[in-house]
Amino acid sequence: MKLELRGITKRFGALVANDHIDLVVEPGEIHCLLGENGAGKSTLMNVLYGLYRAEEGEILLDDEVQRFSGPGDAMRAGIGMVHQHFMLVPVFTVAENVMLGHEQTKGAGVLDLAAARAKVREISNRFGFDIDPDAVVENLPVGVQQRVEIIKALSRDARVLVFDEPTAVLTPQETDELMAIMRQLKESGTSIVFITHKLREVREVADRITVIRLGKVVGEASPTASNTELASMMVGRAVELTISKAPANPGADAFVVTELSVIDQLNQYVVKDVSFTVRAGEILAIAGVQGNGQTELTEAILGIQPRTSGSITLDGTELLGRSVRRVLDAGLGFVPEDRTEDGLVAEFTIAENLMLDRSKGAPFVKAGTLQLKTLEAFAEEKLAEFDIRAQGIHTHAGRLSGGNQQKVVLARELSRDLRLFVASQPTRGLDVGSIEFVHTRIVQARDEGIPVIVVSTELDEVTALADRIAVMYRGGIVGIVPGDTPRDVLGLMMAGETTGAAA
Amino acid sequence: MSDDKTVDDTTVQAPAAGPQQTAEVPPSASSRFLREMLSSSWLISLLAIVVAILVGSLLVVVTDPAVQKAAGYFFARPGDTIAAIFEAIGGAYASLFQGAVFNPKRDGFVNQIKPLTESLTFATPLIAAGLGVALTFRVGLFNIGGRGQILIAAACAGWVSWSFDLPAPVHILFATVAGLVGGAIWAGIVGVLKARTGAHEVIVTIMLNYVAFYLVAFLLKTPGALQAPGTTQNKSPGANASAVYPTLSDLLGVGAFRLHLGFIFVILATILVWYLFNRSSLGFRFRAVGENPHAARTAGISVPSVYILAMVFSGALMGLAGSSQVLGTTTTGFSDGVDAGIGFDAITVALLGRSRPWGVFFAGLLFGALKAGGYTMQASQGIPIDIVFVMQSIIVLLIAAPPLMRMIFRLPAPEGSPKPVRISAQKAVTK
Repeated sequence: MKLELRGITKRFGALVANDHIDLVVEPGEIHCLLGENGAGKSTLMNVLYGLYRAEEGEILLDDEVQRFSGPGDAMRAGIGMVHQHFMLVPVFTVAENVMLGHEQTKGAGVLDLAAARAKVREISNRFGFDIDPDAVVENLPVGVQQRVEIIKALSRDARVLVFDEPTAVLTPQETDELMAIMRQLKESGTSIVFITHKLREVREVADRITVIRLGKVVGEASPTASNTELASMMVGRAVELTISKAPANPGADAFVVTELSVIDQLNQYVVKDVSFTVRAGEILAIAGVQGNGQTELTEAILGIQPRTSGSITLDGTELLGRSVRRVLDAGLGFVPEDRTEDGLVAEFTIAENLMLDRSKGAPFVKAGTLQLKTLEAFAEEKLAEFDIRAQGIHTHAGRLSGGNQQKVVLARELSRDLRLFVASQPTRGLDVGSIEFVHTRIVQARDEGIPVIVVSTELDEVTALADRIAVMYRGGIVGIVPGDTPRDVLGLMMAGETTGAAA
Repeated sequence: MSDDKTVDDTTVQAPAAGPQQTAEVPPSASSRFLREMLSSSWLISLLAIVVAILVGSLLVVVTDPAVQKAAGYFFARPGDTIAAIFEAIGGAYASLFQGAVFNPKRDGFVNQIKPLTESLTFATPLIAAGLGVALTFRVGLFNIGGRGQILIAAACAGWVSWSFDLPAPVHILFATVAGLVGGAIWAGIVGVLKARTGAHEVIVTIMLNYVAFYLVAFLLKTPGALQAPGTTQNKSPGANASAVYPTLSDLLGVGAFRLHLGFIFVILATILVWYLFNRSSLGFRFRAVGENPHAARTAGISVPSVYILAMVFSGALMGLAGSSQVLGTTTTGFSDGVDAGIGFDAITVALLGRSRPWGVFFAGLLFGALKAGGYTMQASQGIPIDIVFVMQSIIVLLIAAPPLMRMIFRLPAPEGSPKPVRISAQKAVTK
């Protein structure tokens, strides 16, 4: 099916998220929508999927103008969407999830599960998915869950499939498999819109590339374009994709984790017998696919995981079992994985956020009273130092862009006397320009002789920053390898392969 | 409006999203409601009052016998009906004003201004308790337990007031503090349960209301406990004169004003709560936990201890309301109805005041005036005081549902709020 968007304009108040966007996707084509975070890609797709109504412009399918007042209309017209965060009910089976929303019944309101199962099998066989229709979704690996999403879309005869950042949660191998599936879908005549900001994937799979910046189409590119060309189109200026960093000059063992285990609320080990050492002045990157215990590991270091065993020592002092307050006082700088949820109070001003973890004692509190003047001076200074783009220090943090929010978090965490710095997904959702900045500051912290841990699911980030790389899989560390280990080896380790990988 | 709706759709879908982001506690519906409510503008408060007055007028008109009679021959002489309508409304609000602020029909300024002091007297416990509720709102908690806390505080303050013989200022202070401590402990139980076990404070406070009510009722009919000696009524002894708050008349030596020291305490409490939230580091932590407990925890703020402290402070403010009831207003002995519904009215006051200290103060004044005026309106015009209650309820209803107000008045959705919707819109934009 041919999809055409003509002059789509979508505004949120004063913000123009989509500004007269034109896009044509030919039948059987993989069309990449490339753009930074905030460029308006997802807004555009939500317009297409009927979640938002555009102020101007029209959507055409096979040259017929469509009017969608909701996702239901879009689905009926043949548009399917594979969301970044899966829209699946975890406790339902695959078949139940697939039928959800257009349940077929056989009289008397009884669900026709047999038909749903048959449909799942039929589509699975067509694409060689090998999915059990009766498997409960929450027990399936993430990559398989994504296939359930694809089956769900296909079961409604979607002939235009939108993939919204589908690879964020996949291992490199699963990503390759997804690419193969996309090619297969394309062979069968499905048009595919593939949203991403990962240049490598784009070049691998796309037939055509449309680059969006600040809500506007800035141009088309061919898959043969180089990474640098694509990146500079996305950002609008030349960018450094690799940061320059001097070789590490590691000192003594500063941060030692020994046989750390974490048990979650479901009585499962989410981190099991993890041991590693970080030396002063070195960056240890923790790689791995999302959900393999990295989050819980960093939370255990911070002291918010209730059930832990083993030992975590910083400069010889035991941290495990201490309160968050005392861990921070021991010199931990912590950039949480989810900055809007754990890093910032959206309703607080930038200044207030900058003192969030120092609400007791000097310099911001004297005799239980806030020292507003000191805070303001400090905030002004950090605003300049970290190049936080905001109207002023009294702007609410929730109104900043992701990059600027992250800069606020970094400014807060790096302005204390640190003896350990842990950054979890420090550049998730940031634009290329901010990534550059964040990486530079992390390397700077290292060069000041602080032991640094960077947790990241992005291999590019891991290889850019790491002096050594620890790969996590199912709560354990598969191996710790040098920073220049090739991608494919890391990829195998992320899938749990230890053979020949652990150097 | 249509935009709102579509954006809402994505909000609804967002939580259903990640199968892997399970363990974390999602922001509960109640905290989202709180945030939405607190972030809406003063304009909405004002409009809510206007709508409530309009609805009140309507009720006055349809229940007024003169209007009903005139409406019977409306088509013959419509002028009569209209005149009756204006007379009914005019009479109602004139008597409301005379009962609440100033009554020119009385002799002498002292008597004329007495209604205002009555309003302030009614406002006193409302403001104290309103501050208590507002304080918990700002921390992301609902304290529905005002009733229980006020009852316990009244019992404590009352017991001290008649069981000791102390010089006046000391006795007053001692009895007041006893009330504060009583309320603080009763609410503190809730804080501890919430912090330790995660028990929801709404359920626990409501249940403790019953416990407090039956406990106080039992003590009031138990000789040797709170029952007045030598009686069989379910009533306490009166407070010793040394523990009774001096009134404005005591101070000026004129009139029969009931307005008492409690009002000064309430002004001090308002200033204190303002300081707490705007200048103190403790208040900073309170607000951080209220806005985003996850971020607060990550920043090393102990969320459980904030919950406990907030409930204790809130209970102490409820205690001030209880103390002012038994030491200021009903000093001749109290029954188990001494809370006079203040614990629940306080929720309304806190809502109308947007949980801001001075907002609560003025909302309390308004509700005090409505109470004082309502009784006069009932007495002089025969208009049931229930109409005042209806007006109060409408104010809450409208304030608790900002989208409803925006719909009625076609207001634009506020910039920067309501929070959850905005975040999702932003997320959608920033992909």
